[in-house]
Amino acid sequence: MSAMQLHADAAINAIADCGIDPRDIDGLACTRVEYFAPITLGSYLGLTPRWVDSTFIGGSSFMALVGHASAALATGQANVVLITHGESGRSNVVNTPYPFHEDMWEAQFERPYGTHTAHTMFPLGVLRYMKDHGLTPEQMASVAVSTRAWATRNPRAWLRDPITVEEILASPYVAYPVHKAESCVITDGGGALILTTAERARDLDLPHPPVYVVGAGQSTESPMISQMADLTTSRAFRVSGAAAFAEAGITPADVDHLMAYDPFAFVPLYALEDLGFVARGEAGKFVEAGGTAPGGTLPMNTNGGGLSYTHTGMYGMFAIQESVRQLRGTAPAQVEGVEVSVCHGVGGMYSSGATLVLSNRLP
Amino acid sequence: MPAETAQPHKDHKAVPKPTPETKPFWDACAEGELRLQYCTACEGHYFPPRFFCPTCLSRDVEWRAVSGRGRLYSYVINQSFAPPGWETPYAIALVELEEGPRLMSNILDVPQTPEALVLDMELEVTFEVRGGVAIPQFRPVAGGAA
Repeated sequence: MSAMQLHADAAINAIADCGIDPRDIDGLACTRVEYFAPITLGSYLGLTPRWVDSTFIGGSSFMALVGHASAALATGQANVVLITHGESGRSNVVNTPYPFHEDMWEAQFERPYGTHTAHTMFPLGVLRYMKDHGLTPEQMASVAVSTRAWATRNPRAWLRDPITVEEILASPYVAYPVHKAESCVITDGGGALILTTAERARDLDLPHPPVYVVGAGQSTESPMISQMADLTTSRAFRVSGAAAFAEAGITPADVDHLMAYDPFAFVPLYALEDLGFVARGEAGKFVEAGGTAPGGTLPMNTNGGGLSYTHTGMYGMFAIQESVRQLRGTAPAQVEGVEVSVCHGVGGMYSSGATLVLSNRLP
Repeated sequence: MPAETAQPHKDHKAVPKPTPETKPFWDACAEGELRLQYCTACEGHYFPPRFFCPTCLSRDVEWRAVSGRGRLYSYVINQSFAPPGWETPYAIALVELEEGPRLMSNILDVPQTPEALVLDMELEVTFEVRGGVAIPQFRPVAGGAA
């Protein structure tokens, strides 16, 4: 399917899933559907919005779009918002290319040194993190092991065979110090969300109980990995996480479930620390001890994540969907008693961060 | 500077294309000198080039030569897909200059291995002319390699 088809297919599934009349949709948000998202989407689906958003901050765009849509719903600018994603990352059928121009900073100050796709840039801080915080290769591999343990329970996950730390450490590097199994899969996929006000949700005869957006945050740092202030922590993560937690009025101790966008195994370690779930330098030990694995105190990336489930190029939509499923009680690897789920995204390298606090009860 | 165009062949490594804002940086490189902008208001160097200071937004900035010395802050060694002109394995490095700013670079004159590329090793700038542009690169300081 083309990227546009994936957007539309997901939208039609989402409309059917919540049972809403498509004519009630008056808000549209998506990103990178051809060059004029969401104009193309509205036209393709035959919808006429009175509120639109096409924020593009990479894979975390979807968390940001949910935050924007929530504000639009709260102020009456829209009643029902549709947010879609579609990308044929694997087949590359009519995908919109990522913007790149010769006079961009990246072209002048990074590309001449052999940067290419994400694996040549994103992991640039890992060795620094290892030296400054004592992170071991075994601890980093344990993130991929924990995520795969969840993927074994998800029949739709791309990779489902259990994997061990020893197998990862014995496998080739994609870019030292990161092994291939510590890098995300590449897939085609789509996803869609429908948002409305809590009041309207109460009036609808929904087939599923609603999930509430109780906090949202977003931020950016630099388009260039080389210009991050500190390669062992993401300023964008810290700012977006703090904003989302403050709006929700919660602390990390209130969180039952975490989706931490994982293009590489080390990225969730940054999220665990920068969102305040563990102290600086403690994330590797926490994951190695099983904290995020099935049975752990903070179930994380329970769909199998970008590392094992799916990664189309921009994974954010799939992380949000898993938070929603856990809160509805319909996830393939369901965790008991999830009431508060945090869903955190990253875009570019560490160029952007966006965080949602979702709950199945109103605060 | 050679009159070669800055258009890389598809099998060749990427060549930076200076813009009016970055031209003084690249002109300095062509003269064999690393020059960065300095904010006289908040007294610090910054990079990449822009017409104001990103710390305080002052326009009182000037170009100053820097020492060209720094340390190896972090790196990766690419071992899979490589862009045109590159053969794996090769290291992409971040160099932290004595004056503070950090530059992406490659580390020349040293094996591209974890054993040889030791974090915090002392480095000095050198220039690689590619497609008519002098590109800052780094190599271990003589006697300073770990």
